[in-house]
Amino acid sequence: MSAPTLSTRKPSPAPRGHHRPAGRDSAREEFVRALRRNISAHGFLIGAVLCFSFFSWYPMVRGFFLAFQKTEDGRTTWAGWSNLSYVFNDPAFWQAWRNTLLFTVLALVLGFAVPFVIAVVLNELRHAQGYLRLLVYLPVMLPPVASVLLFKYFYDPGYGLFNRIFEFFHLPAQQWLQDPDTSMLSVVIAATWMNMGGATLIYLAALQGIPGELYEAAELDGAGLLRKIWHVTIPQTRLILSLLLLMQIIATMQVFTEPFLLTNGAGPEGSTTTVVYLIYQYAFNFNNYGSAAALGLVLLVVLAGFSAVYVRLSRSSED
Amino acid sequence: MASNTLVSRRGAGGLRAGRRRRVRASDQGRQRTLISPAQLGRRRGKTVYWIVLALVVLAFTLAFLGPLYWMVTGGLKTTQEVVQSPPTAFPTSIHTENYSQAWNVMDLSRLLFNTLYYAFGALAFQLVLDVAAAYSLSKLRPVFGKVILGMMLATLMIPATVLVVPQYLTVLDVPVFERNLLNSPWVIWLPSVTNAFNIFLLKRFFDSIPRELLDAAAIDGASPLRTLRSVVLPISRPILGVVSIFAVVGVWKDFLWPMLTLPDPSRQTLNVGIYSLAGGVPENVLIAALTIASVPTLLIFLLFQRNIMSGLTAGGLKG
Repeated sequence: MSAPTLSTRKPSPAPRGHHRPAGRDSAREEFVRALRRNISAHGFLIGAVLCFSFFSWYPMVRGFFLAFQKTEDGRTTWAGWSNLSYVFNDPAFWQAWRNTLLFTVLALVLGFAVPFVIAVVLNELRHAQGYLRLLVYLPVMLPPVASVLLFKYFYDPGYGLFNRIFEFFHLPAQQWLQDPDTSMLSVVIAATWMNMGGATLIYLAALQGIPGELYEAAELDGAGLLRKIWHVTIPQTRLILSLLLLMQIIATMQVFTEPFLLTNGAGPEGSTTTVVYLIYQYAFNFNNYGSAAALGLVLLVVLAGFSAVYVRLSRSSED
Repeated sequence: MASNTLVSRRGAGGLRAGRRRRVRASDQGRQRTLISPAQLGRRRGKTVYWIVLALVVLAFTLAFLGPLYWMVTGGLKTTQEVVQSPPTAFPTSIHTENYSQAWNVMDLSRLLFNTLYYAFGALAFQLVLDVAAAYSLSKLRPVFGKVILGMMLATLMIPATVLVVPQYLTVLDVPVFERNLLNSPWVIWLPSVTNAFNIFLLKRFFDSIPRELLDAAAIDGASPLRTLRSVVLPISRPILGVVSIFAVVGVWKDFLWPMLTLPDPSRQTLNVGIYSLAGGVPENVLIAALTIASVPTLLIFLLFQRNIMSGLTAGGLKG
């Protein structure tokens, strides 16, 4: 690259605005210097900017237009709102949203509460913490195909491990992934096992930042274990809790890999069809890119709504 | 709020208690948490603590190492034994040939090579282009730098799955170059550069490098490139480690994108290849293949667990 050599002669100047112009010559020198600095700076940026332009920014714009276009026999024409109305009139649309919301709620109950409880317990332990932290994060590092197929074996109604465990405790055997009533819960359990390591470790880091004096003060006021959790632990970690809550809602509403691999996407009676799986079906099974993009736009709007609510909440809690 | 009164009332009593406890806390060498050291010191507290510790260690080992154990040993069993009910804890006879069969039948060496090729290529592209971009945005500060950074960070707000369809259409026919990237490694490498989160992490780290250090290098006549190589990069080893691990693991775990863009079986990744062959091989061979596919990331994890976990909390607190 030639750009960096341009500025070899001059020491790089302080940030703009720090120089006092002492005359026309130095002003001109200043301009040349700024120009050189900019050329080399943009030289460093250009690679990443090109990648972003082609594979991120352009697809973003294209996706938006795609939602209002139609491609037939290789010709693209404007379709107006027809893609969106097609999507809204598809019975699978409402089912997919119901499933996605169910997944999100279940994933929050499990994937949000379980890591927090685990982190609180881990934080109390004086031994084996390193080992336990390692274990919690282990599944995150497995290739998804491995963990998902493992769970598929465990869920098998015939020889699966889970029904053996149920049998041991004299509980009725379940159909797990093959029953429309339990299929989504089964997917969530697997997804939680696979993904909760990250949240647990982040909570743990937040818990370790709580000043010990707060607990001491609470004890002097006669607070028991649960009240200490409620009045010290949770308020002290509220910021990170709500941040992760939002991140988790956004992530779980985009769930694809787990149901796709566990139940081939749709599941029994379409009980695990999620919004993103529907996008996938529109685009890659029906070659209907317009409707896929339109549904993507709907998902984007909903997720943006969540983000806005979150920003509002976090602002009002600061006041 | 009750939490405020708990905190504000601590005053003198809190101080005294704090001093008394600090002695104990310091000989334990750790910060005080939810349960007070005094409570733990009592006989009953000790018993409860050890019981809880034993239960947690046992439960975690079963929940997180158990499935892995089942996977490794399942790969050593016969087909009948894998699906046998109740399952056996140890294989009755060891069949290491399952592993060699998995290696040969599923062509794991090719899948493994492909995945490594994509992962380390993506790593190289990210290290060169993202580091250069973050360096430029942090230290060279070109005009429009803020706008470019903002546009990069904005891509974090767009759910990845919404972008998949237009991104897929883009790589089918890349504008300007008019190339079809399907089945070529570029389809993994170039989009991997658009990792705004890594750029953000790098930039934030570079921001913390004192300006004087770079100015000193510049006064010695070093070009920006030279400064980056001999001043910035050596200091930035920890963050480079974190970013590298995320880059490799990201490619290793990805499923939807490689499934769409690398349809040719001889170019697939481990995840996709094993998934598409899963139906055609006996259970024990498939499980052996899963074990083999899990080994590389688990090795990375065990070797670099410290970097991974610190990077995780650095990322989690991004605000």
